[in-house]
Amino acid sequence: MSSTARAPRSPMAPPRSFFWSRRIFLTLLTGFVLLPVHVMVSSSLKPLADVTGEFRWLPSELTIRPYIDIWSTIPLARYFVNSLIVAGAATVCSVVIAVFAAYAVSRHDFRGRRVFTVTVLSTQMFPGILFLLPLFLIYVNIGQATGIALFGSRGGLILTYLTFSLPFSIWMLIGYFDSVPRELDEAALVDGCGPLGALLRVVVPAAIPGIVAVAVYAFMTAWGEVLFASVMTNDTTRTLAVGLQGYSTLNNVYWNQIMAASLVVSVPVVAGFLLLQRYLVAGLTAGAVK
Amino acid sequence: MTTTAPAEAAVAKRPSGAAGRSPRRRPGRIRRIGLPYLLLLPALVLELLVHLVPMVIGIAMSFKELTQFHIRDWGDAPWSGLDNYQVSVDFDAPVGEALLRSFFITVAFTLLSVGLCWLIGTAAALYLQDTFRGRGLLRALFLVPYALPVYAAVITWVFMFQHDNGLVNHVLHDQLGLTDKPSFWLIGDNSFVALLVVSVWKGWPFAFLIVMAGLQNIPKEQYEAAALDGAGMWQQIRRITLPSLRPVNQVLLLVLFLWTFNDFNTPYVLFGKSAPEAADLISVHIYQASFVTWNFGTGSAMSVLLLLFLLVVTGGYLLLTSRGRKPADV
Repeated sequence: MSSTARAPRSPMAPPRSFFWSRRIFLTLLTGFVLLPVHVMVSSSLKPLADVTGEFRWLPSELTIRPYIDIWSTIPLARYFVNSLIVAGAATVCSVVIAVFAAYAVSRHDFRGRRVFTVTVLSTQMFPGILFLLPLFLIYVNIGQATGIALFGSRGGLILTYLTFSLPFSIWMLIGYFDSVPRELDEAALVDGCGPLGALLRVVVPAAIPGIVAVAVYAFMTAWGEVLFASVMTNDTTRTLAVGLQGYSTLNNVYWNQIMAASLVVSVPVVAGFLLLQRYLVAGLTAGAVK
Repeated sequence: MTTTAPAEAAVAKRPSGAAGRSPRRRPGRIRRIGLPYLLLLPALVLELLVHLVPMVIGIAMSFKELTQFHIRDWGDAPWSGLDNYQVSVDFDAPVGEALLRSFFITVAFTLLSVGLCWLIGTAAALYLQDTFRGRGLLRALFLVPYALPVYAAVITWVFMFQHDNGLVNHVLHDQLGLTDKPSFWLIGDNSFVALLVVSVWKGWPFAFLIVMAGLQNIPKEQYEAAALDGAGMWQQIRRITLPSLRPVNQVLLLVLFLWTFNDFNTPYVLFGKSAPEAADLISVHIYQASFVTWNFGTGSAMSVLLLLFLLVVTGGYLLLTSRGRKPADV
């Protein structure tokens, strides 16, 4: 004990070269990371002439014109609302379903438990392209048989996206629930809560960081998906992922507007993510990474 | 109504013998046994509907002659046996040859991208392990590429890679004079490099995030003990950090591999519907084979082959890594 206290160097005391290499590495990496961010921000404040000619590091004159024009060049507001509805609903459903499933796996020993976890996780492996067309056919057929429009509607997209984030969410929440002491929900059961009461009043509150992390992940997944959005939406239900390409199919490529629009659609997710990333790291530490 | 009546009577009769107790007990037991399944039901139904059933249909479609003439009622399309597979793996014919080339490009791209992502992510996580000024800021900054929606990030790279007005040519040609004339980045051989750069830029923060989380699970005492034994920093990294990260890395590398191999979004936004030959990743290749040429049977056969390949690789990988792990764990 006394020797640790007297040790002149801290346990991790690194050599001098470490600080140099760290400085160089982190500087280069920061440059690499920030380069596109700089391009996005600076170009979104440029007049059109600046982005059609030779590249300029800084705008010749600052203008917020692109931020006004983006809303009229394409129906950006509609795409934005669509994306919000789709990603929001997919997130809520995905989190609720994942909480129930993870609770079952974490707290109950039942037949087929291992099969379930392995199957769900292995769906992560499927190439999306394999089930894109069959899913499209299923949605069309369900629509013809029941009148529930899944193809081309937001509902179909919500359904699809929530299953994308489900495997990872369940997997992460199992780990997280496992780390909540069983005595807590047993105490709740003794106090007369049903199993669902124990889940909602004890386990869920104790696992909030994990749940927040899962929600962030689910939202980002739905907000950024391109492949299914490009096939399964029509003019009225189009999401940002596909809609943004509208700026470049026109005769003139309005790069300043594209950059402004990219920034606008990125701000909600990036801000949310950076605010909540602590929970994601904590959730990963407690759950998935164990 | 009439059919259920006898059943109800039978149920009502049975408990009459074991007075009072069992009727109260049985629903409880059924509930206890049924509850986990009930909780799993929504997840199960959705996974079945959106992943497993379509996969089975996809496999069935790969045995059919499915062109635009049959797509309306695909069930009636004629069976074609293994024809689609034969076309896909006939490497002397144009279709098979193109698929094989796309496969090798994807393998090379995936290995390079995963390797670089892991290397950068691990290095950054290790460098950010002890506290210094600006560490929190850097950590948040490094996660930005991961947080940005794919299309917003990749479209920015498209702008940077433009021939006439992009940043990359401006720096390499105009400012540094490294190239004789401005290069094309999104067509021709350079497109592979462009794709790799974007993929690494987008992917390394995930490795960083996972390794960072893994590092927090290594007990401080291990480092302290090692330091007392006189182990330097590199030795500590080699002897403690990397071995402790093994289980984390096992999963991380697999996930990165699968995501990168199946990645559609990045090449699709970067190049549009038709990718240049040098960067013809397999998922875009299959998309083109199905939706551009309207040959869904062959496209499905290609997807099934891809799935089989991924299954074999994943199985082999898990077998290999978990066997290697056992002696260390015991």
